[in-house]
Amino acid sequence: MNIRNTITIDGTPVPFQDGDTIMDAATRAGIYIPHLCHNPEFKPHGSCKLCTVNVNGRNCSACTFPAADGQQVLNSTEELNATRRTITQMLFVEGNHFCPSCEKSGNCQLQGVAYFLNMLDPHFPLFYPERETDSSHPDILLDRDRCILCELCVRASREIDGKNVFGLSGRGIHTHLVVNADSGLLKDTDLTPADKAAQVCPVGAIIVKRHGFESPIGARQFDQQNVSEWSLSWEPAAMGDEHG
Amino acid sequence: MAEKIKVATTSLAGCFGCHMSFLDIDERILELAQVAEFDRSPLTDIKHCSAAVDIGLVEGGLCNAENVHTLREFRKSCKILVAVGACAINGGIPALRNRVPLEECLAESYLHGVGVENPQIPSDPELPLLLNKVRPIHEVVKVDYFLPGCPPSADVFWKFLTDLTSGHEPSLPYPLVHYD
Ligand code: SF4
Ligand code: SF4
Ligand code: FES
Repeated sequence: MNIRNTITIDGTPVPFQDGDTIMDAATRAGIYIPHLCHNPEFKPHGSCKLCTVNVNGRNCSACTFPAADGQQVLNSTEELNATRRTITQMLFVEGNHFCPSCEKSGNCQLQGVAYFLNMLDPHFPLFYPERETDSSHPDILLDRDRCILCELCVRASREIDGKNVFGLSGRGIHTHLVVNADSGLLKDTDLTPADKAAQVCPVGAIIVKRHGFESPIGARQFDQQNVSEWSLSWEPAAMGDEHG
Repeated sequence: MAEKIKVATTSLAGCFGCHMSFLDIDERILELAQVAEFDRSPLTDIKHCSAAVDIGLVEGGLCNAENVHTLREFRKSCKILVAVGACAINGGIPALRNRVPLEECLAESYLHGVGVENPQIPSDPELPLLLNKVRPIHEVVKVDYFLPGCPPSADVFWKFLTDLTSGHEPSLPYPLVHYD
């Protein structure tokens, strides 16, 4: 067998290009690896660990781990999905996720991944943290209760919008999203609803106002389509530029 | 005929929406009645669980001392205890009060709220004491199964109960898993 520029994922040979991560190779081959902080339009961040796969016997993050000839990757195993479910449960209990009252419900990737992993309960005690909501901006709401600290808004604002509106501050459980303005408020930034940073949030933490209930509960993205199909429907085309 | 499966239900800090959704199984309830009977439940008005209930369905989280008491009675009496709906599972909408100190919640409702007449904090000794925070039920007792949703759809109840009564390990396929 020719193993040059080929890895196997769950036994299936998958070709890769120079510079690919395991996630890149999988996405191109139409194989879904669960992920949240990864978005092919941005440089990988590797923080949520949802994309944990097993490479030649060791667990690592598919979104940051470079593909190399002959790697044997395990992805869709019961054990890995159990680990991912536990990670997802931790994400839920660390924040305040009351889906029935969240505008993002049904379109939320955290929820979509939880559905995909058949997460039926939070398992852990709930933290009910006290986090600040910023509704100062006329068009955009920042609800930190739902933030999973993926830094996609941070990356989008810096890399695409050229504005540097968001940042993370604090360490460990005290890590939180900050707004780069003297007042710390969104209204004192030049963020607009058209900015990538206002649109990229995978959960309901950054919400463009007055669109929340345009489609009814039950008729939204992940009510219709599994998050795996949804990811593979657009991500392979979106990864074009990075290694071009 | 074999003895019927005993099902108890209760609503703690919930809105009865889960019970309403359960009743949305419509005429399938006749089929269920062939194999199951209701024990303690707001539907029967039986006030306490009999000694050996097979399935206990708990809607709502814990917002006061009486909720905790009722939950413990359910756990003691039911072989299988089920957390039904968002509130039982993570506190749900009532847990939105958790960010506000209890004193302020009471003051807003009974002292300074819009349209309040004769303002006073209710203090009748018969009233159960409020918990500082609303909590999900798995933090207090062992829970055997969880049915997410706000409310879980009638099909979720149906799938779960028919799995159990036919001796299968209950499972919910993707289309039945919702948190809203
Ligand atoms: S952000 Fe997602 S998981 Fe969190 S409350 Fe909203 S819909 Fe639910
Ligand atoms: S606000 Fe959204 S995009 Fe930004 S870090 Fe939080 S979850 Fe990620
Ligand atoms: S998707 Fe890889 S660490 Fe988040």
